[in-house]
Amino acid sequence: MHKIAASTIDWDAVRGDFPILRERAHGHPLIYLDSAATSQKPRAVIEALRNFYEHENANVHRGLHTLSTRATEAYEKARRRVAEYIGAASADEIVFTRGTTESINLVAQAWGGKFIRQGDVILLTVMEHHSNLVPWQLLAERTGARLRFVPVLDDGTLDLDQLSSLLTPEVKLFAFTYISNSLGTINPVADLCAKAHAVGVLALVDAAQSVGHLPINVRELGCDFLAFSGHKMCGPTGIGALYARAEILDSMPPYHGGGEMIVSVTLEKTTFKKAPHRFEAGTPNVAGAIGLAAAIDYLEQIGRPAIFEHDSQLARYAAERLTELPGTRVFGPTDERGALVGFVMDAAHPHDLTTFADQYGLAMRGGHHCNQPLMRRFGVSGTTRASFYFYNTMEEIDRMIEILQAAVRFFS
Amino acid sequence: MIPEIEELYQEVILDHSRRPRNFGELPDAAVLVHGDNPACGDEINLAVKFDTSGGLQDIKFTGRGCAISQASASLMTMKLKGKSREEVLEMLHAFHDLVTNETNEAPKKLGDLRVMRGVRNFPLRVKCAMLAWRAVEQALEQGVGEAIVSTEPA
Repeated sequence: MHKIAASTIDWDAVRGDFPILRERAHGHPLIYLDSAATSQKPRAVIEALRNFYEHENANVHRGLHTLSTRATEAYEKARRRVAEYIGAASADEIVFTRGTTESINLVAQAWGGKFIRQGDVILLTVMEHHSNLVPWQLLAERTGARLRFVPVLDDGTLDLDQLSSLLTPEVKLFAFTYISNSLGTINPVADLCAKAHAVGVLALVDAAQSVGHLPINVRELGCDFLAFSGHKMCGPTGIGALYARAEILDSMPPYHGGGEMIVSVTLEKTTFKKAPHRFEAGTPNVAGAIGLAAAIDYLEQIGRPAIFEHDSQLARYAAERLTELPGTRVFGPTDERGALVGFVMDAAHPHDLTTFADQYGLAMRGGHHCNQPLMRRFGVSGTTRASFYFYNTMEEIDRMIEILQAAVRFFS
Repeated sequence: MIPEIEELYQEVILDHSRRPRNFGELPDAAVLVHGDNPACGDEINLAVKFDTSGGLQDIKFTGRGCAISQASASLMTMKLKGKSREEVLEMLHAFHDLVTNETNEAPKKLGDLRVMRGVRNFPLRVKCAMLAWRAVEQALEQGVGEAIVSTEPA
């Protein structure tokens, strides 16, 4: 892939690829700082969906007619595209899901159901999104397994000194996020995977906040599972993927039963297809997969190193400027952070702030961000979060600061 | 300043959120209701003492959360102290209608509570405004002891 430095990219032209960014909210130009919740979609992705429905739509792996062949080819090509994008050895290691949440639930139910026993331990961290916590709580309840957590330090990083004492022989899986959706912390994934493997523990990475923001190669990271959503990386909602190392995926029993995932069915018994199709019961989100592949093509045209550089600059700038505001506490690491910044202000509760900001066309998120245990850890009920993507600008951050200054004057 | 913001956060509301009235413990309360809005993290602890005919002799609260939830609780306690059970329920329904746009009327009997009218333009904030009222409704229903209410029923 040809990599271009962030400074040589015409970011204004890139921004022009996103029709929605010309919207207005409450009479003001929209300032969309909620991409960690969901990203906006470039025209290329919207067109890919339209093209699919206008020229290729049919069910996959079934009909022998022209359209079904086209749809099947496009769907499987999308799977290969996802595999390349994250550096998987083979497209057979990619299961299409509805998103990160379903990917993790799939592992908890299919892999966990088979391999986790009473007394086993799943190691998580205190900064996990509920989607990488609740599925494990459910598994623990079903199996009698226990959960254990790597603590988070005041600076928003993981307390890695604790790791060796937490990674005991009862631990079967270490599941953690790549980038915290509230703190912006970028975890040292390769190092965490290596430490887990050193004691025979599998590693699952929640890549929801990272897969569209920085280069990811599952073989270099050394993870066994990687879960992500398409909609946070310029793709459609309702599509995502689970990567699982072939050997592990092949050992897992089916997740959902139904059509599409079988070789033969009698009234008594069914033989299942091999992975990944064994895990894709029913008609899949064909259009979504094709839209995701279009999003990947789009992101790779810009280049993830450039995207990461650009987003990091925005996030660091926002964090710096926020500290200028009176009575403002910024969460997360100060040096390197993902494309978001969470903060609280003495002047107003996150919900009052976000309501206020929205009236000026500024979209941010206020609340617990599906991170209730983490919020408790930092002694707050919620934060306000501004999150960025490559279509955001420094000027938008300046405007955010002006609006927050107005909020301080108004609420104080 | 933007009119919708001015209407939502009227000076009276900001004042009540900064300096809530009837804020504190009520040692000889008959009912304690913990109300929470898990989506936002707003919390209210409402303490109620009844008179011999079941009216609200005294009412106090503690809590934390957004300006709307805390101001609503403060305004509510001022309004409801000394009211009969029937009056409280009547007020509850009138207030609910006011903040959910069920009616364009802002009945006179709501008095100061009418400043909360701006919430109707912000459907996502109705739960914040209603939290204290859900708690008082539960207090009436329960009559004695402790209870928990949530804006997101489990």
